[in-house]
Amino acid sequence: MNEIVSLQDVTYSYSPEDSDMRKAVDGISFNINDGEWIAIVGHNGSGKSTMAKLMNGLLFPQEGVVRVLGETLNEENLWAIRSQMGMVFQNPDNQFVGATVQDDVAFALENNGIPFEDMVKRVHESLAQVKMERFLNSEPHHLSGGQKQRVAIAGALALKPRILILDEATSMLDPQGREEVLTTVHKLREDTRLTVLSITHDLEEALLADRILVMNQGKMHAEGTPREIFARGQELVELGLDLPFSLKMSSLMLAQGVSLETEHMSEDELVKDIWISNFNK
Amino acid sequence: MMEKMIFGRYIPGDSFIHKLDPRSKLIFVFLFIAIVFLANNAVTYALLLAFTLLTVFFSRIRLYFLINGLKPIIFLLIFTFLLHLFFTKEGDLLWKWQFIEVYEEGLRQGIFISVRFMVLVFITSILTLTTSPISITDGMEVLLNPFKRFKLPVHELALMMSISLRFIPTLMDETDKIMKAQMARGSDISTGSIKERLKAVVPLLIPLFVSAFKRAEDLAVAMEVRGYRGGEGRTRYRQLKWDWRDHTALVLLGFVAVVLWWLRS
Repeated sequence: MNEIVSLQDVTYSYSPEDSDMRKAVDGISFNINDGEWIAIVGHNGSGKSTMAKLMNGLLFPQEGVVRVLGETLNEENLWAIRSQMGMVFQNPDNQFVGATVQDDVAFALENNGIPFEDMVKRVHESLAQVKMERFLNSEPHHLSGGQKQRVAIAGALALKPRILILDEATSMLDPQGREEVLTTVHKLREDTRLTVLSITHDLEEALLADRILVMNQGKMHAEGTPREIFARGQELVELGLDLPFSLKMSSLMLAQGVSLETEHMSEDELVKDIWISNFNK
Repeated sequence: MMEKMIFGRYIPGDSFIHKLDPRSKLIFVFLFIAIVFLANNAVTYALLLAFTLLTVFFSRIRLYFLINGLKPIIFLLIFTFLLHLFFTKEGDLLWKWQFIEVYEEGLRQGIFISVRFMVLVFITSILTLTTSPISITDGMEVLLNPFKRFKLPVHELALMMSISLRFIPTLMDETDKIMKAQMARGSDISTGSIKERLKAVVPLLIPLFVSAFKRAEDLAVAMEVRGYRGGEGRTRYRQLKWDWRDHTALVLLGFVAVVLWWLRS
């Protein structure tokens, strides 16, 4: 597998002069491989958003090295690297630049000097990828939060990036909007083998990832597959994270003396497990 | 409610005027304002009025919207009419009641000035009624481009304008929300003396400012991530097309100007 992003001993502090202040990101190292879906979880102020900013050069690390697509991130290759990295932020309204959906999707293309004919084609393609092609001329205040986030994803996709970073992209949406966005991302990955990095404090969302990184107090607390991470149970709750519903349910059932056989990650698996474990009684 | 106030101004359509390039419309209005001052007798004013009504007809905008556009200046219109009516003392005396005297020239001047006013308001309203704010911005940007040489930040101004337009509804919603939140806590904006009401507006404005700054910061980051680094080397997604319609409109205006010049006394 090809390594697409790597961080080595990266440290960043918002007030470097003040040594008493806790560092926002403290000695973090990890790799992201091509085509992976990585989730970074952690409670508020754990440094996860700072990490996303370090990856696309909104911030530069005080110590350590950030490498993207094999190149060390610096002032010269900043813009080239940014064009390879789509990013979707938390607030759907505050990242909508264009007057209409198509203008917004075209914004990144305009910035990168893509010729007009090519732009039209790419705007339509990207909107089709997120199933928003019917809303070509809609204005942002007539769209729902989920729709706006899908437009933001299309705007990021228009440049055909290798990596898509979702920085709390679903945290301001209602359950339906969240579902829309996550299904869209899921579908995209199947179609294009896009590398996805989602930063979230929602563990349901993290369940979809191939690998989870748990951040706490600017440090890497744990790393592993969703199964490995969720096996930690109560430890995650102590870090200020909320467990997925099925896991909460099963631990409560175990406490009540209901026997369960295997671990499970979703409600479906839980239902199946209850069925199998108690069928013979 | 507030949305109507601002966006009610643009009425989408596909008339001849709607299809004109915003650049030609802007040039048209600019030249028209100059040409209006050529008219100085009954024939020329009649021609001007007829030309304006023709434009109205081609824009397929209902007269109702144009009359609405007149409302804010109706007092100014009546005031100037009366001013000319009573204070121009030339020509024959038409009517006299105690100390009020109306002369022929006064009546004529009053009517001329009112027509001039109306014609100007109609033409500029047609511009805003048939052109979306964003197209006007685009047109302005291209037309002002030559001034870049004199260090006028044309691209930045146009971007600022389009972002402001984009955020008007967002901030309106926000104002509405904050207003309701403050009302729920017992703030009263609609009663009391003017001083009290102004005081009640402060707790509305402060949160609005705070959130607007927050939004601006988020937006700046989002724009940077999407590769925005000034107007240099940018391409345009919204293309302007100048076609036969635009030539026709401007040639027609030129023709009217020549005729006006010829007919004026």
